[in-house]
Amino acid sequence: MSEVVIACERLARRLPGPVPVMLVDGVTFSIARGEFVAITGPSGSGKSSLLYLLGLLDRPTGGRIWVQGREILTLDDDQLAAHRLAEIGFVFQFHFLLPEFSALENVMLPMQRLARLAAPEVRTRGEALLRQFGLADEATKLPSQLSGGQSQRVAIARALANDPVIILADEPTGNLDSAASANVRAILKDLAHRLDRAVVVVTHDREFAADADRIITIVDGQMLPMPGRTSRSAAG
Amino acid sequence: MILQLGARIALRHLLARKRQSLVSLSGIVLGVAFFLTIAALMQGSEEDFIHRLVDNSPHITVKDEFRVARLQPANQLYPQGAIELRHVKPLTETRGIRGYQQILAGLRTMQALRASPVLADQAIASFAGKDVGITLSGMNPAELTVVTTIQNYIVAGSLDALQADPDGIIVGNTLIDKLSLALGENLAVTAPNGQVHAFKIVGEFHTGRSDYDEVQTFTNMKRAQALFDRANRANSIIVKLDDPYRARLVAAEIESRYGYKSVSWQEAWEDLLSTIIVRDIIMYTVVSAVLVVAAFGIYNVISTVVLEKRRDIAILLSMGFRAGDIRYIFTIQGILLGLAGAGLGIPLGAGFMLGLMQVRLKFIGSSEPVPLPIDWSWPEFAIAAGFAIAAALCAGLLPARKAARLQPVDILRGAQ
Repeated sequence: MSEVVIACERLARRLPGPVPVMLVDGVTFSIARGEFVAITGPSGSGKSSLLYLLGLLDRPTGGRIWVQGREILTLDDDQLAAHRLAEIGFVFQFHFLLPEFSALENVMLPMQRLARLAAPEVRTRGEALLRQFGLADEATKLPSQLSGGQSQRVAIARALANDPVIILADEPTGNLDSAASANVRAILKDLAHRLDRAVVVVTHDREFAADADRIITIVDGQMLPMPGRTSRSAAG
Repeated sequence: MILQLGARIALRHLLARKRQSLVSLSGIVLGVAFFLTIAALMQGSEEDFIHRLVDNSPHITVKDEFRVARLQPANQLYPQGAIELRHVKPLTETRGIRGYQQILAGLRTMQALRASPVLADQAIASFAGKDVGITLSGMNPAELTVVTTIQNYIVAGSLDALQADPDGIIVGNTLIDKLSLALGENLAVTAPNGQVHAFKIVGEFHTGRSDYDEVQTFTNMKRAQALFDRANRANSIIVKLDDPYRARLVAAEIESRYGYKSVSWQEAWEDLLSTIIVRDIIMYTVVSAVLVVAAFGIYNVISTVVLEKRRDIAILLSMGFRAGDIRYIFTIQGILLGLAGAGLGIPLGAGFMLGLMQVRLKFIGSSEPVPLPIDWSWPEFAIAAGFAIAAALCAGLLPARKAARLQPVDILRGAQ
C-alpha cells in the first residue's frame, strides 16, 4: 500500500439555519498516492461539499482531516491557504480560468504566488505544462478564445502548476462533449497512475466513475458501503 | 512577490473594464484639478490680500496712549493699600509721545526695523468756499518712502517736492476732484486750534481706497508741529519690519520697553484675519467635497469589480491565495486609481492654473488690469495628491474588505 496523502474521519459539515442541513455526515476514508477515486451520488447529495472539505476550502463542523499525515483543522486560514497552494490542485466543472489572463499566465499564477521558482523557471514550467496537454499553440490566447476542452486542459495544467500531491476535480467533464470528456478523463487517470498523484473526482458520469480505481458513493451526505472496483481496505 | 503579482492582477481588472475605470478615473482627475486650481487661486488671492495689507499699513504703530491708565502716585507707593482717590483731574499736558526722539533712537538700534515719527491730526481744508475734513500727517519727507508705500501711488508731482518745499502738501485725487484743485495750487488748512496755513499742492496720489484718497494728506513734520501748536511732539511712530510676521513679537517688546501702546498689523486687522481662516475652512470643505464625490465613483467601480469577480475570487482562493491577498488586490485598485487620478489631475490642474493666470482683471482702483493671483507653492499640490490617494484608498478598502470576506464555497456552489 502506498503512502496515504489525504484521510478523513467522521467528517461532517452542517449548514446552519432555521432547519440545519447535514451536507456531509460522518464520512470516513483515506486516499493514497496513485489512486484515482470517484465520488458519485445524486445531485445535492453532498459530493461537492465533501470535495471542498477535502480541498480545505471549507471547514467541517465535525470530524478530522489529515493532509499528508498532518491534522489540518487546527490550522488558521492562512496556513490552510498555504496547503492549498502547495499540495492541492483544483479543477472545476466550468474551467474557471481568470478571463483577463492568457492561458500561460493562468498556469503561471499559482507558481508566482508560491514564489518557489524564479520568474524564468516559472515561464518554462508553464510552457512545459501547456505542451504536455497539447496546448503549446494556445499559450498566449485568452480563455475566451479557447474551446471548452482546451480551457479544461488549461485548468488541469494550472492545477498541476505547483506539483501538488492531491488533485481534486469537481465534475471536470460536466460541461464537455464526449470526445473532450474522454480526453480529460484520460489525463486525470494518467496523473494518478503514471505520475503517482492522488486524484479525487466528483462526477455523476457513470462512464467516468466506472473508470475509477474506487468509487465513493454519497447519499444524503452519508457514505454508502458500496463496493468499488478495488477493495475498501484503504479506509480507516 | 505577492505585492507585484497582486498589483498586476489589480491592473488587469481595471484594464478589463476600461470605460468604467476611465469614468471613475476622470472623476478623480477633475476632482484633483479643481481642488488644485481653487486652492491655488484662494491661496494666491489670500497672499495677495495680506501682502497688500501688510505693505500698505504700518507693521507696528506706536501710539501716544496706554493700554492701562497710569496709576496715581499714591497707588504706586502703596500697591496693597486701600486707597481711594476722588475727583482726580488728570494733568493737562500736550498730547503726543513724550521724548519720541529718544524712543526713535532706541528703536533704531533694533535689528531689521525702520521707524519714523508721525504727527497726525484732523484739520479742515478750504478752497473756493468748500470745506473738507482731512487728516494731516506730518512726516519726515525723506522717510515717507521708507515706512509707507505712498510712493507707489503718486500720479502727479512727487514726494521729493515735499522735501524741497517746506510748505508742500501731498493730497489724494478724490480731494483734488472734490475741491477742483490742481497741482501747484494753494490749499488753506485750518487746525483745530484755529491756526490757518496755506499749503502748496506738490503731489497727488491715487490708492483706490476712496476715503483714504479724500481724507489723507502728507506734509512736513515741522510744519505740522507748528500748525497744531505741538512743537517737538509726534503722536505715533510707524514701524516697518523686514519680516512682517514678527510684528506681534516686536510690538510686545516695544510696548514693554516704552510703555506706549504698540499695535501690530495682526492686532489691527484681527477680525479680517479670522475671516480669512473661516474662508480657508469653507474653501477646503467645498473642494474636498469634490474629491469625496469622486471617491464614491471609485468605490462604485471597485464594488462592481468585486461583484463581477466573485468567481475569480473563489478561484484565486482555491488556488491557494489568502484572504489578505484578495483584500490587497482590490485595495491596490483603489490606490492605482488614486495615483493615476493624482498623476493626471495635477498636470490638468496646473494647466487650469496657467489658463487662469492669463485672465487679467481690472479691479476698481487699480490703474491697469492685473492677472489673477495664483499661488504655485507645493503644499497645495501635496494636499491635492494626498487627498486624492487617501480618498481612493478608502474607496477601495471597503469593497476590498468585502471581497476578502467572501467564502469560496458559497460562490462555487452557486456557480455549479
